[in-house]
Amino acid sequence: MARAVTPRRKLFYTLAAWSVALLIFFPVLWTILTSFKTEASAVASPPQLFSADWTLDNYAEVWGRSDYPRFFWNSVVISVGSTLLGLLIAIPAAWSMAFVPGPRTKDLLMWMLSTKMMPAAAVLIPMYLIFQRTGLFDTRTGLVLALMLMNLPVIIWMLYTYFKEIPGEILEAARMDGASLRNEIIYILTPMAIPGIASTMLLNIILAWNEAFWTITLTTTKAAPLSAFIASFSAPQGLFYAKLSAASTMAIAPILILGWFSQKQLVRGLTFGAVK
Amino acid sequence: MGKIVLNAVRKSFGEVDVIPGVDLTIENGEFVVFVGPSGCGKSTLLRLIAGLEDTTSGAIVIDGADATALPPAKRGLAMVFQSYALYPHMTVRNNIQFPLKMAGMDVAEQTRRADAAAKVLNLTNYMDRKPGQLSGGQRQRVAIGRAIVREPQAFLFDEPLSNLDAALRVNMRQEITELHQSLKTTMIYVTHDQVEAMTMADKIVVLNAGRIEQVGSPLELYNHPKNTFVAGFIGSPKMNLIEGAEAAALGATTIGVRPEHLSVVDQGGWAGTVGLSEHLGSDTFLKVATDTVGTINVRAGGEVQLRHGDRVRLSPQQGKIHRFGADGKAMP
Repeated sequence: MARAVTPRRKLFYTLAAWSVALLIFFPVLWTILTSFKTEASAVASPPQLFSADWTLDNYAEVWGRSDYPRFFWNSVVISVGSTLLGLLIAIPAAWSMAFVPGPRTKDLLMWMLSTKMMPAAAVLIPMYLIFQRTGLFDTRTGLVLALMLMNLPVIIWMLYTYFKEIPGEILEAARMDGASLRNEIIYILTPMAIPGIASTMLLNIILAWNEAFWTITLTTTKAAPLSAFIASFSAPQGLFYAKLSAASTMAIAPILILGWFSQKQLVRGLTFGAVK
Repeated sequence: MGKIVLNAVRKSFGEVDVIPGVDLTIENGEFVVFVGPSGCGKSTLLRLIAGLEDTTSGAIVIDGADATALPPAKRGLAMVFQSYALYPHMTVRNNIQFPLKMAGMDVAEQTRRADAAAKVLNLTNYMDRKPGQLSGGQRQRVAIGRAIVREPQAFLFDEPLSNLDAALRVNMRQEITELHQSLKTTMIYVTHDQVEAMTMADKIVVLNAGRIEQVGSPLELYNHPKNTFVAGFIGSPKMNLIEGAEAAALGATTIGVRPEHLSVVDQGGWAGTVGLSEHLGSDTFLKVATDTVGTINVRAGGEVQLRHGDRVRLSPQQGKIHRFGADGKAMP
């Protein structure tokens, strides 16, 4: 029997869902609203959600005082670069784990995932020293490598899950039809796994874009991305909430827009194979 | 040409010998069915022939050439899978043309062959559809189309009808048989359904635990099963295997009587009580609990008026009793 949902219950669920969503989004909303306030109304007591004197001065000042395009470009290079490099390594890795697994494949996958459970601070000193001695400190190459390695377990896990959904018989059929391994990947596996590959890519770009611990620790000026850009506004000018909010909004806007436009793809990819 | 010879082909997964050693010759143009219960190794044997599994030892010879180490595509064989294994992102046309594309054939010839196959398989109107938009039977036809365009030396079918409903299965069974008659190409067909085996095969290979129990024509297997396993496996409903005094009286350890070779008699025979009666119109199937030889199945022709609880006497027909020794093998 189908589960009956009364209109009242439906209304309750809708309100509850909206409340939770708003609660999660509230800090971001507050930041965006504050970025349009004057410094005086930003620190007003009691706090004002909406201010009467809207202004774009904060944006103008932040833009004028820092090199936003450079930070932005560093963020793009680091997040996209680390994701593409990660995919390049993860696709063959996930392929072999999904289709020609060894006796220890499952253990290997678990071990990789367990590295994500380790606190980043635990390896701060060795990472810092390695980066300094190898000349990777404050370079985009260094950050691309660091973030790629950090997100690689997630990329492999996601791709492995998607690849596992592809029936082995289809790949065997391709083999019978005369497809080489290269053609099997180009004509069969990749087109079938595109939703999975795309959502893995999007999620990892977002993860890399939002990464703050390593990007702030391993950079000073040259390779600093937008997370460091926000941090640079919170140090000496810590009390200027409106400007800090403007800087934060400028940093999160690109990824927020990307996430907004790709949310359908993301949800589709993340629930891929949940229902056959 | 499509003669396939298996010489002492063995396959083991770790410690487990799935195929302990098989010798078999499949003549050019033959329709051979591998039949046996689940897990008997019939699909593994087919995959070994296809090249999708590596042999542990032994040789697979296709048309006189050793193909044991060749990759699947180089063996000149085409395979139809149980799950159809169509490429879901490609149209029917692209699915059918895919092996030709991989062979580097020119596009005009690809199109000509795909159109010809589609005509044979009644797929002409579906060429631009994706597999997801087709019914189960149509999908299976596309899978067959993809196999026939390659003009292979032999076709391999791995339980191709088991995902179809009963009515469609009968239709497709006939279509595949007709296809074999028109193409005259060697076909190896794996099934656990002995009715498919009996109706389609020129030659049946009965497998059990990776070993060949018997090879022969359907009627040879039906009339002269080599042992109790084949006797029990071939025929539907399965043969009644009776042990004890009745068997000893005939100088055997086990005797076998097919359900259709038992007659209802007035006197003598084995007395018993009807437990279950299934009236199909053309046949009546009875399950009778006898007083002397245990429960036996009976296939009575037409509309027999026997119901649950009725007393009945059954007698095996003259010359239709199979005798088996202590080792389970048929006695002369």
